[in-house]
Amino acid sequence: MRTSWWKILTIGLLLYTLIAGLLLDVPRLPILNETIRALHFHVTMWFGMIIMLVVAVVNSIKYLRSNELKHDDMAIEFTNAAILFGVLGIVTGMLWAKFTWGDYWSGDPKQNASAIGLLMYFAYLILRNSLTDVHQRARIGAVYNIFAFAAFIPLIFVLPRLTDSLHPGNGGNPGFNAYDLDSKLRMVFYPAIIGWTLIGTWLATVRVRLKRVERIVEDKMINQVS
Amino acid sequence: MFKQVHTLILKELTLEWRQKYALNGILLYVVSAVFITYLSVGAKQGNIAVTTWNALYWIIILFSAVNAVAKSFVQEHQGRQLYYYMIASPEAIIVSKIIYNSFLTLVLALLGYLVFSIILGNPVQDQGLFVLNLLLGALGFSACLTMVSGIASKASNNATLMAILSFPVIIPILLMAIRVSKNALDGLDWTVSVDKVLTLFAINIIVAVTAYILFPYLWRS
Repeated sequence: MRTSWWKILTIGLLLYTLIAGLLLDVPRLPILNETIRALHFHVTMWFGMIIMLVVAVVNSIKYLRSNELKHDDMAIEFTNAAILFGVLGIVTGMLWAKFTWGDYWSGDPKQNASAIGLLMYFAYLILRNSLTDVHQRARIGAVYNIFAFAAFIPLIFVLPRLTDSLHPGNGGNPGFNAYDLDSKLRMVFYPAIIGWTLIGTWLATVRVRLKRVERIVEDKMINQVS
Repeated sequence: MFKQVHTLILKELTLEWRQKYALNGILLYVVSAVFITYLSVGAKQGNIAVTTWNALYWIIILFSAVNAVAKSFVQEHQGRQLYYYMIASPEAIIVSKIIYNSFLTLVLALLGYLVFSIILGNPVQDQGLFVLNLLLGALGFSACLTMVSGIASKASNNATLMAILSFPVIIPILLMAIRVSKNALDGLDWTVSVDKVLTLFAINIIVAVTAYILFPYLWRS
């Protein structure tokens, strides 16, 4: 994880996302207009969040199978990074909604579902903090993480599709993917997803390494005393 | 396995019957909650909008179910849990608790329905669908809440934790149940609701299977 090539790649991709996402020509669509640029920030942050949550769940499963704390460190830090992206995603989404739908919060099913999803992960953090023993915290945290993820998937992928959503691509609204996610948007969209995911991974790995160092220092202090 | 589940369910029933105050307490909880709602909305019989009736009913059932199921792992003390740990497989324990709690939640839901019908009026036009929905809702609630109460019982400050852990997880089930229930209230044709009922059933299965797989890890600690 200490190799640096992918960090340089991250910075490059994000610089490209910022510059190209804000300056490149975009298709003109009714209502959306220039706000279509939110695609490169809002939508891609959700993609990054989902990818990081999947990584966290995989690590939770690994922890339950092996009982090694390093997997738990990965799980909690990837969840933390995902929560950061979730909050950013919901804020950028609200800003975008203000200019296209007229309100910060319009009770859209996807908006509601993502807010509930965040509640789920805040509860996960509180659960972890209420347990003091490291191994018990890791085990019960992993159990809840997997359980919550199993409820999170139908919540954000299945339920909003059963009702009309104001989101582009739902309920007769012009979609990004149907005809207007043209090559120009794609050129920024895919690099942006990779860029946001990588910076989340970077954040998470830095914190995982910090945790490992703290644990080693703690162990040393305990051993000195005894 | 089946024998174990059978014995454990019988055990839960006997235990509940012996400590009748817990059961009576939760039944009284439902009745008082309905009555408080009735007085708060200030509705004369039949005066309340159908959507409001539906929402109030499900919120009351949700809170009563949380209260009823919350005790499933707390009421028995550590020593006895260790004893179960030695004689029964964790799968048998979670299955028996889920079945028993579904039964309990269903009883609560039916009681709530009865009291609702008496004092707030009964606008339900399709009884069959409504009761089927109650059955599915009770199953989902109990699968989700049993698992969460197992998690919460491992940590301190139980009541708050139980609520914050279970509400977000239970929302998909609650939303689907409310939608089906709305269709039943309006007396829509079954073909309209069939995909929703199936989705509700599928979510129940997902939650129950996840609980079944994860519970052994929780039980061991």
